[in-house]
Amino acid sequence: MNLTLLLVLPLLTAIAIVCCKGLKQVRMVSFIGAGLQLLLAFFLLIVYWQERGSGNSTAMLFQSDYTWYPSFNIHYHIGVDGISVAMILLTAFVVLAGVLVSWDTDSMQKEFFFLLIFLSAGAYGFFISLDLFMLFFFLELAVIPKFLLIGIWGSGKKEYSAMKLALMLMGGSALVFTGLVGLYFNTTATGGTHSFDLLQVSQMNIPLQAQLLFFPFVFIGFGIFTALFPFHTWVPDGHSSAPTAASMFLAGISMKLGGYGCLRVATYLMPDAAQVYSPIIVLLATIAIIYGAFATMMQKDLKYINAYSSVSHCGFVLLGIGMLTKTSVTGAVMQMVSHGLMTALFFAAIGMLYNRTHTRMVDKLGGLLKIMPFISTVFVLAGLCSLGLPGLSGFVAEMTVFMGSWQNPSTLYRLATILSCASIVVTAVYILRAVGQTVMGPVTDSHYNNLSDAKWNERLAAILLLIGIVAIGVAPFWLNKLVTPGAEIIIQQVSKAVTIK
Amino acid sequence: MNDFFLLARQELALTLIVFILLFIKVGAKEWPNGSLLNLVNFLLLLNFLSGFFFGHDGMLFNEMFHTGKLIVAEKNILNLGTLIISLQGYDWLKQHKHVVEFYVLLLSTLLGMFFMISSGNLLMFYLGLELASIPLAAIANFDLHKRQSSEAAMKFIISSAFSSGLLLFGISMVYGTAGTLVFSELPPYLDGSPLQLFALVLLVAGFAFKISIVPFHLWTADVYEGSPVIVSAYLSVISKGAAVFVFVAVLYTVLKPLAHAWYTIIFLLSVLTMFAGNLFALRQTNFKRLLAFSSIAQAGFILVGISGSSQAGMASVVYFILVYVFSNLGAFGVVAVVSALTGKENIEDYKGFYKTNPFLSWIMAISLFSLAGIPPAAGFFGKFFLLIAGAAKGNYGLIIIAALNMIISLYYYLKIVKIMFIDRSELEPIPKLPVHIYPKLALLVCMAGIIALGLISQVYEYIYSISLSF
Repeated sequence: MNLTLLLVLPLLTAIAIVCCKGLKQVRMVSFIGAGLQLLLAFFLLIVYWQERGSGNSTAMLFQSDYTWYPSFNIHYHIGVDGISVAMILLTAFVVLAGVLVSWDTDSMQKEFFFLLIFLSAGAYGFFISLDLFMLFFFLELAVIPKFLLIGIWGSGKKEYSAMKLALMLMGGSALVFTGLVGLYFNTTATGGTHSFDLLQVSQMNIPLQAQLLFFPFVFIGFGIFTALFPFHTWVPDGHSSAPTAASMFLAGISMKLGGYGCLRVATYLMPDAAQVYSPIIVLLATIAIIYGAFATMMQKDLKYINAYSSVSHCGFVLLGIGMLTKTSVTGAVMQMVSHGLMTALFFAAIGMLYNRTHTRMVDKLGGLLKIMPFISTVFVLAGLCSLGLPGLSGFVAEMTVFMGSWQNPSTLYRLATILSCASIVVTAVYILRAVGQTVMGPVTDSHYNNLSDAKWNERLAAILLLIGIVAIGVAPFWLNKLVTPGAEIIIQQVSKAVTIK
Repeated sequence: MNDFFLLARQELALTLIVFILLFIKVGAKEWPNGSLLNLVNFLLLLNFLSGFFFGHDGMLFNEMFHTGKLIVAEKNILNLGTLIISLQGYDWLKQHKHVVEFYVLLLSTLLGMFFMISSGNLLMFYLGLELASIPLAAIANFDLHKRQSSEAAMKFIISSAFSSGLLLFGISMVYGTAGTLVFSELPPYLDGSPLQLFALVLLVAGFAFKISIVPFHLWTADVYEGSPVIVSAYLSVISKGAAVFVFVAVLYTVLKPLAHAWYTIIFLLSVLTMFAGNLFALRQTNFKRLLAFSSIAQAGFILVGISGSSQAGMASVVYFILVYVFSNLGAFGVVAVVSALTGKENIEDYKGFYKTNPFLSWIMAISLFSLAGIPPAAGFFGKFFLLIAGAAKGNYGLIIIAALNMIISLYYYLKIVKIMFIDRSELEPIPKLPVHIYPKLALLVCMAGIIALGLISQVYEYIYSISLSF
């Protein structure tokens, strides 16, 4: 399969949106475009299985490689492994759901859908890149549309949040940039030039000195995207000010760019340094998990609750990466997918509630289950997934991370694992409290009685995301099987580095 | 004789246009502005296109004048920029009484820059520089009824005389220690004696004035603010670009024996320039002043590339200037149109601009993204290559500083985008502007350049292949 399709399709959709007139045409084109993306992602999954089934065990499938800038040895090099396929599927799900929940955007619809679809092109490009220059290109590509989405269509202190998000993410990518350039000049490709090629660099032995110097740049840089403590401060503001679809994209996909980068670039290419810095990563991840959970307890705004809980949940991703065992890394990727779907669903549900009640404050809501059974059910399910109820994806992912973390025998790591496990109790407290107050009990405001339940587009969006969550929760093996080979290669790289020393 | 026409054909073409304009002026018939502008723009287009034919390497006048593929390409870049500026200034020039004089002066400065780029001798270089500076002061004064405009011209002429003085002083010292002014003969005589290092400092200072590098940037903001918009655009893109071309060529060839000395100077200047430009830009309220400080900061980035001292360093600098022509002229073009039609030049005036002028807003936004170095705009590639070239020497500290500055600059660029797209105007917003086809065309060319230059790698690779190796 030609992976460039994943870039061409969103770009064509975006161009088509520009040529459209009126909300009806724009959203129809976006819907069709996003739907095709999802079909394409499924098609990719199927051909990926077939290829693997036929015994093709190369690390990356469907590669194509063209020289882009010969003098810098920059290539247009794309390919996927199981991890990328999982992330591409996630992106397709969230984008389609995002288009559906934005069905009735009231102002500047053309620009809104254009930016949303454009963002998805950036995400796909990031996940299929096998060249570090390309990877960085797509990483930065996805920053400015978010600024505009939050700044124009957001709510609350949207300008402040948009600027904070843009500057912090730009800061993250500046760090990544420095790290990548440093890495580049420590590679030697054939012919005496340097190389940006991910696969080639992974085969080289980057000097330990350089790894130790540049690993923090790359890891912290990507870490900012995925809410690494203490660089998580853009997350609550950004998520809560963003319009629903942008929140979904931010939490569902954008934060995953960081996790993917930490794994694929930092850990995979600089395995020695990953070993050395692993305790620090685990420490920061544990702080993020616990701090995020406790900070969530104090929140009264539903969006802030979900944003802070995202900090906590993304901590599990970093914990899994920092633990450096095969199972924990697999768990980290599963947590990325699971959190992406779950948080998108949560934000979608919050958006639907807010559109009707015009408030997101937990204490002003109440008794909504009787009035809007569908939305409330979705909301409860998203909450239950977040607190890790078996049968939903959150349980599977977090369980895998804990299992993998426990395999790391050092006492300190065990302690971190136990502490992180304990945070689940806190999660249960805030989720149950928020969900309970919002949908159960007496109706707090008599106006709520006249409100309507979800419309078809909202139902479709929610069902789509729920299918993903349940599919992972009930039958996790397919995702596990998809992700494990990729994780194994990364861990092999790390253990190889250790045996050489 | 044949050689003369082939090698100096770009200079001759410009001279020819200048003379045609002069004849029109002295002729009995008074031309209306509209047809005059049509003619000039047509001639400039021909002039730009003619640069691509009959390429030929060689020297003239005992090495005083030399040319090659790179030099021709550099002149083409400047020609293109001048054409774009001329098109963008249509609305302003249409109302002006002295169109012919404007173009005669403008093209004379361009001619001076061409001689400067082609010079093979320090005296020739100085001559070109003066021809490029003095008429500029005259056109900086072309908003005849504005006092600020005369003030700008005055400031410009004084500071440029001062920098010429420094430069001449430096040149005389070079001559005193080496006994020659010919570029190709100089390197063996440069042994790094204290007097020569002093001369180096003076030479660099002279260039620094032209490129507005901190601490020689003080004239920039005032002159840009006072001059007519298209003259500011010309100063910040063409004049700066030409000086950068010569600067990098002189450093890489003539002053190569002193590389260890100028590397330190360039390093320090680039850090200072980036920080000063970006930090001062944060608080500007006038659009032209903001673009002035942003162009100072961009000069700092260019120095990072120059410090790379390699073929990639030179290629990235030339490529960046090309990208900068499109990005900066995109931004200046919108300001020029708005200023000519409404007289508004403050950033605050652009509140709600997107509601009334979506086309101009998008052009402005994309140009600013390109200046900030956001993909897929060409500015991203330009900056990336500059920084890679700079990092090749292993000076990662400089890269971190540059990356930090990119974040600072993003703040004020995004602030403008925010004002245009998000803010609502309490007062009367700028109404829907009737943009003439010429400026529109020029802005579309800028857009096409910004989008295509990065994604299509052939342009950079061509520049790389013709760049001098260090």
